[in-house]
This record gives sequence, structure tokens and C-alpha cells, in this order.
Amino acid sequence: MTKLDLSRRTFVTTALAAGGGLMLGFHVPAAQAANLSLADASKAPVDGVEINAWLTIDAKGVVTVRTPHTEMGQGGMTSVAQLVAEELNVPWKDVRAMLADAHRHVNGGQEYKDMSTGSSNLVRNRHPHIMQAGASARERLREAAALKWGVPREQVKAEQGMLSAGANKASYGEFAAAAANVKLAEEPKIKARKDWWLLGKDVARMDVAVKVDGSAIYPIDVRVPGMVYAAVKACPVPGGKVKSFDAAAAKERPGVLAVIELKQTKDKLANTDMRSAIAVVADSFYRAKTALDLVKIEWDVGANGSMSFAAMDKQAVALMGNEGKHVEEVRGDPRPILSADAKALKSEFMRPYDSHAPMCPPAAVAHVTKERVDVWSFTQDVAALLRLAANQAGRDTKDVYVHATYQGGAFGLGNAVDLPRQAVELSKQVGKPVKLLWTREEDAAQARTRPPVWAHFEASLDDKGLPKAMLSRAVAEPGVPAYADRGIANIPYAIPNYRYERHVAASHIPVGPNRAPGSNSNGFLMEQFIDEMALAGGWDPLEWRIKMTEGNERWQRVLLKMKEVAGFTTKLPKGQGMGVAVVESHGSTVGVCATVEVTRRGSLAIEKIVVVSNTGYVINPRAAHEQVRGCVAWELSHVLHGGLDIREGRVNNVNFNNYKMLRLPDMPKVESHFAMSEDNWWGGFGETAGPPTPPAVANAIFAATGKRVRSTPILKHDLTWS
Amino acid sequence: MKLTLNVNGATHDVDVEPETPLLWVLRDAIGLTGTKYGCGIAECGACMIHLDGQPTKSCNLNVAAAAGKKILTIEGLSKDRSHPIQKAWIEHTVPQCGYCQSGQIMSAAALLEKNPKPSDRQIDEAMAGNICRCGTYIQIREAIHAAAKSSA
Repeated sequence: MTKLDLSRRTFVTTALAAGGGLMLGFHVPAAQAANLSLADASKAPVDGVEINAWLTIDAKGVVTVRTPHTEMGQGGMTSVAQLVAEELNVPWKDVRAMLADAHRHVNGGQEYKDMSTGSSNLVRNRHPHIMQAGASARERLREAAALKWGVPREQVKAEQGMLSAGANKASYGEFAAAAANVKLAEEPKIKARKDWWLLGKDVARMDVAVKVDGSAIYPIDVRVPGMVYAAVKACPVPGGKVKSFDAAAAKERPGVLAVIELKQTKDKLANTDMRSAIAVVADSFYRAKTALDLVKIEWDVGANGSMSFAAMDKQAVALMGNEGKHVEEVRGDPRPILSADAKALKSEFMRPYDSHAPMCPPAAVAHVTKERVDVWSFTQDVAALLRLAANQAGRDTKDVYVHATYQGGAFGLGNAVDLPRQAVELSKQVGKPVKLLWTREEDAAQARTRPPVWAHFEASLDDKGLPKAMLSRAVAEPGVPAYADRGIANIPYAIPNYRYERHVAASHIPVGPNRAPGSNSNGFLMEQFIDEMALAGGWDPLEWRIKMTEGNERWQRVLLKMKEVAGFTTKLPKGQGMGVAVVESHGSTVGVCATVEVTRRGSLAIEKIVVVSNTGYVINPRAAHEQVRGCVAWELSHVLHGGLDIREGRVNNVNFNNYKMLRLPDMPKVESHFAMSEDNWWGGFGETAGPPTPPAVANAIFAATGKRVRSTPILKHDLTWS
Repeated sequence: MKLTLNVNGATHDVDVEPETPLLWVLRDAIGLTGTKYGCGIAECGACMIHLDGQPTKSCNLNVAAAAGKKILTIEGLSKDRSHPIQKAWIEHTVPQCGYCQSGQIMSAAALLEKNPKPSDRQIDEAMAGNICRCGTYIQIREAIHAAAKSSA
């Protein structure tokens, strides 16, 4: 393999991770350096005067916002910049963004409060302190001008990058240095909705241009001088260990530098603990990977080697017949009513394990030297990554630098892999910068999955056809059993007697968050049973939901808007159907109306998905609609095609040939509507349109065919009708 | 094995095993990282390039088979994001995480080359080989139609 040809790329020292003006003794190609920060060259971040940790202003008034959160396609970089710019009051064209420096945060004053990215938290829960950073900077600019001009601060206007008082006028840039030294006696309050000028308006995401010419840098793309490549294989049965291995054949392959056993460090593995694995380091990734295939590894898989999902399913179904161990007596006691009702409805549903499969497989570059540790990695939290790297390298966090990259999707997986540990450990052992990447197969086999869930429901109806008693009994897996509670333990429907119970089934498959954890699968269970109750009672499913959530402002807004825009009807010819579902997750209430067509021979076409979101507020409608479409596609992949094939204790569908994804021809039309409460609560947008999509589709399939789809993937079911 | 590759109009001499997939030669030997690895089995389209003008998945194409042919990668599509597909992609803010978009754009550019006014069905056929986990399919379809209109 030829060496990296440095003549075609200029290497320069970069301070991209250095918010505080820190110089790195490390190099990345110039083209990469520019794009790690953002957007196209004309919108590159500008090193101006730092007003606070969140922003700089240069002499021309160009503002560069440092965003602490990961940009993984959700538009987080743009959201932070927009929140700051709203308060600072600068023209949007003068705003740039770059990813903030974790080194400063971890070793300094934790200026960014929390650098993690997930749970739809960014706008929902962090807008107060992000807006505060912009407001504080604005007031300090005003104060600096007031002092210079000898007027009270109240008389200084700060608008669109200009300060003015009477005849005095100056740009923010002119007062940036002075403002940096101003100390305010009291921090300003952040703006109310009625005073917004930028929030609530359509803004194009800032990271688009670098993503149309191949120049955006993801962890897998990072190249540093002297870098070598690694491929890794952990036990395909999670928790299993290397018993012995024979690397003789691999070591004979050209370019192979080392075959290294990575040792499991703890008995019980948490999210990012190092597992037992074999790695091959070589001078190219392809050589590392093909050599790894030649290593003969004997695994100690233990008792888990005989586990199958079919057996777990059997156990779960049996458990659903008994009272659950975890009980929540939400309202009244439905049990005597249910046992006295011979016609009580009884129903069971299941969703299986699923993978994240981000398009960019987990990858990291690590370089451990005597002086310092440098890391670029798959993550959703650069501060946690920094601490993790320090821990693995056995170094002080002051010696560790985490560098910004874009993430090629993460969807909750970003904090749940031991990959950065592996990369740091390999670099430590070989003494060179190492790029480690997981093949698609390794990602599917090792990444923490989305857990399965089962539910058994019972209901008894009154003489109006409405439920007077309901029992929900979920079966969770043992990793994060509380995921099973979401949207099942607490329901918005006014059923006078309601009880929730939960069992836990045994499994060794590691699980973790996956876009709208818990809610993503639970909606399919609960909202189908809601339809079963409504239809059994002779109700229109949409009218039933409106009736049963009377007085619940968030839900009424969504349901009434749905009634207005979706054209929902139960009176379509056989083979066509519409279905509705509503799920509250991550602070948001979102409804979906699906229209499907099913041929007599059972072919399913999803014609249209109408989404109505109530997230309280929306700061960037354009980006929000894009997230809605993406969420719909996300859940359709899992609900139509997904489901991990677990036999012999391992995942067997480990690539896109047998773990299939939604593709463009099958993407339905999506209409996205808002029905915002604007009532002092904020919900998330990055994952909330997913959960109601599967049950709306399943309810529509029932309307079209009379067949109730009780598990996913839907396409494994026989949907024929006559 | 020493091979000469013609990538984006420039000549590159590489010394690799002839069965190495072109994808890894582009990324690791030549340093063009715009072409992405997604699956390694020609299922996802992240590695899409043009080989003598034909859209081709580079992850399971032996490098030896590409020698002597014209290889076009995302980096060579235009110098300044001025290809009609790139312009439409920016205008319609198609990319989210963006990782699959090099491949999507190369597929879409090949389609327009062959068929300047594709129908929805023709777009379906041309784009079915590219997976996007962010689910940007609707924007992709809109952007292809827009690019077709703008270059008419």
C-alpha cells in the first residue's frame, strides 16, 4: 500500500479544538481542519474576541458560536447558534458555528454545563442556559458602550449587531474586547416568546454545504501522519471471552504490525467497559480486516451461547399470564371488574430487538504519546469521551484532547460503545496513532441494541362502549426494564380503573437508548390496543381518543388538528385503510394518521403519513419538519423490516442484506403539521414523530384487511385478504 | 501490485493487492475520504462512484478492475459545489448526518446524466441502491426534480 501522499494536501497546525487559543502539537490536513468546524469556507468560524465560553466576535462583527453538543444530523449546531443569536441580536448571516472544546470544559469551569447530546434535550431542556449565554454577552456589550459613551445602559440599544445611543453608534465588533472584561451586577433574564425575532423562523441548517462535496469529516475520515489502522473482533456472543487464539497466519500477511488481545476489565459490563476482543493493526484498514479474518479464535461463550430470541419470546409470553412483579396502581382496581366480565377484551403484542446501524459505523482515531492523548471518535458526548480516554490511557484529563468531527448518525448509540477505549488501548500498545473502525458486521454484533418489549392488555367496556377498567402488563428485558413503562404505565386516557404491571425476561443481549427509547416500541403495543377498545365499543378511533382525553390540552390540540387536516375515515373500501395513533415522548405529544393500501395478495403500500406535533414551541420549523420526516423513515425501517435474528446467543442478521432498511421507493408522502401549545413547556423534536408511526400503520392495516398485526416486522406477516 | 488509477482526471500510482476494493484504495492510499464505507457488500450505496460514467459501488470492486478506467468521486463532481445536484442538495437542505450523501449525490448525478427529466418511478429505480438512515428520501426526490428543472 502506498503511503499517504502529503504533497496533495497541505498540513497545517490547527487550533480547531482550542477555544481558548490552545495550540495543538498535532496536525490534521488543512481541508479537514476547516471543515471540522463547519459549513463552507466563506462561513468558516472566525477567531474573534471571546465574550464568554460560548461565543467570539471579530472586528467585523462576525459571531462564532461554540456549540457543546454533537452534530449528528439533528441540526444541533444550528439550534445552539440560533438560540444564542436570538439573544445577542445579530444578523443571522454574520453567525458562524463550531464545535466547542471539551478539554476546556472538563478541565476548566464546566462552562457548557453538559456536553451530552440525547433525549431530545438540546432545545427542550438546555435553551435557558444557552439563551442566557447570548443575553449575557449582549448586556455586557451594552454596558461596555454605556461606560464609553457616559450614558446609562438602558439607553444603549443592541440590535442586529449594532450598538447605539443617541448620536453614538458602533458595531458589536468595536466593543467586543471591552465587553469581555465587563462584570454584570445582575444577569439578564432570557426573552419571552413574544419578543423573539429569530426563533420560530425557518433557518437552513449550517452543516449542509460540507455534506455535499465529501469534505465533512466524520471519525472514520480522520487522517493523521504516521497513522496505522485496526480492525477488531469481540466475541459474537455478548459477554463471551477469548479462550485462545492463533495469529500465525495473520502475522504473515503483508502490512500487519500487531495482533493484540484486548482484555475485558470488569465482570459485569456497563455501556463503555472494555470487552474481550482480538484486534489486528496494519498499515491499511483492508489489510487489518483481511488479516483479522485469518486469526483463529476460540471463544468461551458460556451458557449464553444457546440463547435464542424464540426462547425468550416463549418465556415472555408465559410471564404475561401471571401477575407482574412491578406494580403501579394508577387508578382504582380494574381486576374485580375484569374478572367479572366474560366479554373482557384481551390482547397481546410484541416488538423485538433492533439495531441502530448508523450509516457511519463506529470509528475512532487515537494517539497516545508521552505528552498527551488525542482522540477523534464516534460519540454523543465529547466531555464523557475525554474522561473515558483519560481513564483508559491512565492519564490526567488535562493531558487529553478530544477533537471535533461530525457524526454520521448516532441515534442513541453514541455513548454506548467501548470503541474509544479500544482505540486508545491499541495506540498505547503500538505507540502510533491508530484508526479503529468497526465493520458493519461488528457494529451489528456488538452495539447495544434497542430492547424488545411485550405487553398483555385487558379491558372491560361500559354501556357506552368506553373502557371502565384496564390492565396493562408489560414484559421488559433486564438491561433497562423501565423503558417498558413509557407510555404504558401512564396513559392520558381517562379510564377510571387502571393498573400497570411489569415482568422482566432473562437475556444477555446488551441494550441501550435508540431514538425515542421505550416509546419507540411501546406505542405500537398501546395504541393498537386503544384501537381495539374503540372499535369493540363501536367508536371511531379518532373520536374515541378525543373523548377520552377531554381536558388534556396537549392531546386535544393534536387530536383536533388531526381531525381537521388528515381526513380520517373508517369508511374506505376493503384493501384501503386509515389508522391513527398518538404518543407522548420526550416532552412532546405527536399524532400520526397513516393511509395504506393492501392488495388481496398481501402487498402493503403506505400511501401517506400525516404528522401533527405539539412540542410546546418550535424554534426552526424547517428543520423540525425535516426531523419529522426522518423520524417516520426511522420507525418504518424497524417496523416493516427490522427485528434482530438472535440464535446461538448472537445476532445473525449483521448487514443490510439480511437486516433490511427502508429505501427511497418505499418512502411514503409525509405531511407535517404543528399544533403548538406555546404554554411555557418545551418538548423535543429529534425523535418524537417516530413512536406513533408504527401503530398508525398497523391500525390502518387492520382497517384495510381486518388483520391485527401483533408483532414486528410487519412484512413477515401474511396480510392477504379476500 | 503496482497500478495506475485515473481519479477525477488525475493520475495516481498505487501499490496494493489487486483484490483490494477500490473503496479502500481511494480512502486509505489516495486520501479521498468523501467516498464512504457503509456495508462492504454493495448493499447501501455509500461508496458510489462513477466508473467510465457508470454509477458503481466501489466497496466490492477489485481495484485492478478499475485500472485504466475513468474514476469519478464526489470530490471530482465539481470544484465548488456547482453541479446542479449539489446546488439542489444545498437548496433543499437534503443532508442530515450527511454520511450517505456522497453516494446519494453520485447516484443522482449519474441518473441526470442519462435522463435529464426523470419521473418519480425512474428516480425510484435509480436511487433504490442507496440507504439513508436519517430518512432524507423525500428531500432527495424533491432535489432531483429541482436539479432536473434547473439544468433544463
